[in-house]
Amino acid sequence: MSELMKTPLNAAHRALNAKMVDFGGWDMPVQYPAGIIAEHEAVRTRAGLFDVSHMGEIRVKGPGALALVEHLTPNAVSQLVLGQIHYTAFLYENGTFVDDLLVYREGEEEFLLVVNAGNSDKDFAWVQQHAGGYDCTMVNESPATGQIALQGPLALGILQPLTQTPLAPIGYYHYTHGEVAGIKCLISRTGYTGEDGFELYCAAGDTEAVWNAVMAAGTPQGLLPAGLGCRNTLRLECKMALYGHEIDDTIQALEAGLGWIVKLDKGAFIGREALLAAKAAPFARKLVGFKTLEKRDIARDHMAVVQDGQPIGFVTSAAPSPTCGINLGLAYVPTALAKVGGRIQIDIRGRAVPAEIIPTPFYKRLK
Amino acid sequence: MFPADLKYTKDHEWLKPAADGTALVGITSYAQDALGDVVFVDLPEVGATFGQGEEFGTVESVKTVSELNLPAAGEVLEVNETLADHPEAVNEDPFGRGWMVKIKLTGDLAGLLDAPAYEARVSAESH
Repeated sequence: MSELMKTPLNAAHRALNAKMVDFGGWDMPVQYPAGIIAEHEAVRTRAGLFDVSHMGEIRVKGPGALALVEHLTPNAVSQLVLGQIHYTAFLYENGTFVDDLLVYREGEEEFLLVVNAGNSDKDFAWVQQHAGGYDCTMVNESPATGQIALQGPLALGILQPLTQTPLAPIGYYHYTHGEVAGIKCLISRTGYTGEDGFELYCAAGDTEAVWNAVMAAGTPQGLLPAGLGCRNTLRLECKMALYGHEIDDTIQALEAGLGWIVKLDKGAFIGREALLAAKAAPFARKLVGFKTLEKRDIARDHMAVVQDGQPIGFVTSAAPSPTCGINLGLAYVPTALAKVGGRIQIDIRGRAVPAEIIPTPFYKRLK
Repeated sequence: MFPADLKYTKDHEWLKPAADGTALVGITSYAQDALGDVVFVDLPEVGATFGQGEEFGTVESVKTVSELNLPAAGEVLEVNETLADHPEAVNEDPFGRGWMVKIKLTGDLAGLLDAPAYEARVSAESH
């Protein structure tokens, strides 16, 4: 097996006694000694600090950059103002997912695309493959870039003393360039936890210094280092999609409930024809949220949804929810069954277990 | 690091035999650490009988689920009812308060590991 890739914080995780796992070819912390439940609760009630340096960054720049990114993604890139971010996707012609990503508008002719770690090489090749005829450059900045995510209700209070940049005026899904602990950072009010927070991008070699400064500032306020284990339970409670689970190259953007990132009236983009056709016909399946009814019945990723012993759908993500205290999941089910209050059955190791379809997101923070 | 008075399986269960032919069964500190936060332990009915190595329950953590296999053939005399409300005892005290079932031994302890042999196995697994 090939050597796992390491983020600039690998030694820091090991010094914190993190439990490390292979995450899509990256050696990443799944949890620290506090454990997934304590880390999850820290993010919901105080703050948690995540290493997300494995994420990929692609910079597209030049007179043709706007047109290229419009062509590659379904959301309306021209609507982004400088310093604004939106969630979007790379779609195949058939409307299924190459990946999901964030687009940062760095300038009139410059965009930063932040993609999933495991798809980073595929994504960069996808961008290059479609760039013919567009006057712009594409740079894969992933190896040179570190990223940490400070998430939780205390995030702003922890970060503000470390920077001259006023943080409160930065709106959700907006960003600015500044310094944190004297180090140049892109300061982005985004995250993957459903809480307020900031994602900080910096030069790979500066990542540990930024991490240490934020840890030192936040620890007295209850900040915990937080691993991928709680990142998954946090995003699941908020029904945020994870590539390879809710979205992949077999699932169309509209059935995933991501119609809000698809602007069919913006003009041509890859996947538009397929999505127009899909919109005209009823979907065969829909993504729903469910809870199992008994404490012992804990559904897991990829289990089958069954009816009369036959598979009729599948669970994309499921886990016991630390915040809600019940066993939650997301599943694709036939549209006819996709009604809140309806019952489905999950095949849990050979037992057909009842589950109720409930409203999503399962958790929403009070603003 | 592993108690010397216990017997172990390669699947990380422990068994503590008593003089009266009964034994307590649980999972090791290594197993609970690998699972992470335990949120539910599914245990059998009192009176159920199992052969050596048979599945007698499951332990669920936030991120995964693992089968529990009985280290030796036996009949379930008692289950640890406190785990229903305090599954975290498996993490906090796996060799003590985190015990899972008490059985009457109906077979021998063939094939079980002593503490040094189990420790050697675990250190091989974690490297």
